[in-house]
Amino acid sequence: MIKFESVVKKYPDGTVAVNGLDLVAPSGKITVFVGPSGCGKTTSLRMINRMIEPTSGTIWLDDQDTGKVDASTLRRGIGYVIQHAGLFPHRTIVDNVATVPLLLGRDKKKARSQAIELMERVGLPASFAKRYPAQLSGGQQQRVGVARALAADPPVMLMDEPFSAVDPVVRAELQDEFLRLQSELGKTIIFVTHDIDEAVKLGDQVAVLKVGGTLAQLASPATLLTDPVDDFVAGFVGRDRGYRALGFESGQLDPDTEQTVKLGDDAAAVGRAARDGWSLAVDDARRPLGWVRAAALAEGKQVTPELLHRGGTLAPVSGSLRGALDAALSSPAGRGVLIDDNGALVGTVTASEVVQRIESQLAGRRNGSDG
Amino acid sequence: MINYLKNNPDNVSSWFFTHLWMSVLPVVIGLIIALPIGWVASRYRWTYPPITNLAGLLYTIPSLALFILMPSILGTKILSPVNMVVALTVYSLALLVRVVADGLNSVAPDIRAAATAMGFSGIGRFLRVDLPIAVPVITAGLRVATVSNVSLVSVGALIGVPQLGSLFTEGFSRYIPGITLLGILLCLALALVLDALIVLGSRVLTPWQRAVAKR
Amino acid sequence: MISSVFSWLGDGANWSGPDGITHRLVQHLEYSFGALVFVLIIGIPLGLYIGHTGKGGVAIAGVANALRALPTFGLLLYLVIAYSGNLPTDWIYLGPALFVLVVLGVPAVLSNTYAGVQNVDPAARDAARGMGMTGMQVLWRVEVPNALPLIISGIRSSLLQIVATATIAAYVTLGGLGRFMIDGLSQRDYAQMAGGAVLVGLLAVALDLVMAVIQRYVVSRGITGRYALPAASADVVAAESSVSV
Repeated sequence: MIKFESVVKKYPDGTVAVNGLDLVAPSGKITVFVGPSGCGKTTSLRMINRMIEPTSGTIWLDDQDTGKVDASTLRRGIGYVIQHAGLFPHRTIVDNVATVPLLLGRDKKKARSQAIELMERVGLPASFAKRYPAQLSGGQQQRVGVARALAADPPVMLMDEPFSAVDPVVRAELQDEFLRLQSELGKTIIFVTHDIDEAVKLGDQVAVLKVGGTLAQLASPATLLTDPVDDFVAGFVGRDRGYRALGFESGQLDPDTEQTVKLGDDAAAVGRAARDGWSLAVDDARRPLGWVRAAALAEGKQVTPELLHRGGTLAPVSGSLRGALDAALSSPAGRGVLIDDNGALVGTVTASEVVQRIESQLAGRRNGSDG
Repeated sequence: MINYLKNNPDNVSSWFFTHLWMSVLPVVIGLIIALPIGWVASRYRWTYPPITNLAGLLYTIPSLALFILMPSILGTKILSPVNMVVALTVYSLALLVRVVADGLNSVAPDIRAAATAMGFSGIGRFLRVDLPIAVPVITAGLRVATVSNVSLVSVGALIGVPQLGSLFTEGFSRYIPGITLLGILLCLALALVLDALIVLGSRVLTPWQRAVAKR
Repeated sequence: MISSVFSWLGDGANWSGPDGITHRLVQHLEYSFGALVFVLIIGIPLGLYIGHTGKGGVAIAGVANALRALPTFGLLLYLVIAYSGNLPTDWIYLGPALFVLVVLGVPAVLSNTYAGVQNVDPAARDAARGMGMTGMQVLWRVEVPNALPLIISGIRSSLLQIVATATIAAYVTLGGLGRFMIDGLSQRDYAQMAGGAVLVGLLAVALDLVMAVIQRYVVSRGITGRYALPAASADVVAAESSVSV
């Protein structure tokens, strides 16, 4: 647990970066600091490992006052990941990752073999071990940065815009893997970003900070989207937030069973399976392949990969209503495909079925909270 | 020191001006030659390593050695001032070629692309876009070349070309520290004035740099 | 003219004895490396301190520039005339000569060391501190290895300036390769003069090469960009597997 107790940072020129921050970041959870530039989010993060010293107030790490320990010792026990990775250009990847264990005086050979394991854990091939940072792409460097921060297995990780210098596709990939990693490791994480979508995607709780260094709202991502506390937070969270909030709304959908076809089936079979002129093709493991338009298949012809329409997104049946709605809206057949954890077809839903489900769920909540 | 200056004003002032032109002329000639060569080195990438390596090699040769070897290369007399001017031109050139090439390379690719897209071509782009942007880097090179030339010229007193360095040897042979000190101070003053003039010239040529500094 | 220079250089009699080329060469190296030792003792710690703390950088740039304007030849002669009376006999000429060479050599080492440390990627420095390195650990494990290319090139240019300038020591009766140039001049013996010049030139080029080789092998491949070729990856794989065993 990390606890901020009326923490203030005031610079000699009079600028107040952080103004009386009170906040608890619970153990094993991701707490995201988000806000416009100048809101003191990075300053707050850097005060935790005393890269910046607070002017007043206390930051607790469990029951330890961080101001009362030696700064270097404190930092060796906290993972630290920054925007441009900050890898050491003169050291190989494996030695970069092993930095903190070596600082702590651990056995060199053991530290290196652990470093290689960690590299694989963050999705880097072990063959990168002897490369130098300059030989890696930005996304790969960032993975090394994460592995390096994890090397001494610290309970706490500080991450300062770690994914904002890479392109959107790689960023989404890194975010997904980061969440997967966190579900295995359960670290206490403070994550700084200026990107509200990233905050909402990654945070167990999100702290929205205002310029001048005050806390505007501390809440779960869903609450932030559905119930912003003031105009600033509403404005910062931005448009489409009603739709985005669906991303946190899961609900029992009742999918329709779908008659499916396989590659190689003939026009007659497609015609039999079709509803509203479309039928769904799956592979042997019942994983959806794409939609076939019955009318596009002449008498006697077979289903080939060229005939498949692949536009629709797939939604996990245990996932959010947002995913289901998107699957329905993007499907060429008008029916959204729901899949199970193995990627196999469960059934399909229409947009109106999803919307009905949403409405009844929200209505239930409104009445519940009124009553 | 003051007495010497009072008694020999003509000598000292003529040495001063000899020293001045012997320091400045090589830099001017060097720059004029360095601009096209530096341009080639930055425009045709493969020429950069051989050109800068050769320049580096020339710069490695000690100045006094180069002064002495000049007559056998140029066929001049040993005491001719041409030896020194040519030798110092070689130095200035060796230093400036690299500086010009690096300065031109420092122009951001975006700016070049934009200039080309707007219809600048070849020489036009070089004169109106690349060169002005490279001025600060080239200025830094000019300062080093000029200031070190002032010091190198004085070594020429050893091979008998009269200039401020002659004050050093005269002070030494007559064992009067004041005369040597006068030479040192005049050399320093000359170097600092020339340095200041180059900085001033660069400022005039790059008004945008001051605009940034003021903000 | 040139052939007379070569015959002077080729004459074995010119190489031996206390006035011979071999002895003068040794003297020249003694003056040069003697001065370089002091240059390193002064320039490197000061440069590291300024680069690491960021204090005094502007002053250093100013001092280095002003020193470049100082005419070394004049300074040498002045020191000999003005202070030789206060020095022990052996040091009357050697003292001022070494002093001048050190003054000449320090700026390049100092400003390159400072700039090298200063130019280390701020993100790498930040990460180093954030991982719990102490100030000294940041300096020795991150800043110095990354500043090494610039530090060595500072030493390289400093050494070249010293070797070149050590020739003028001959003017104040000292030895070294400058002896041949000064003596040749006064004896109107151009072959000797030019022979000395050729020797100094060759010495400078040779030392420059040695420094280039040192630079190549001391600096991390991660900084120079000389990575192992893909063909060498078999060794890399072998090394890796031995690490993980």
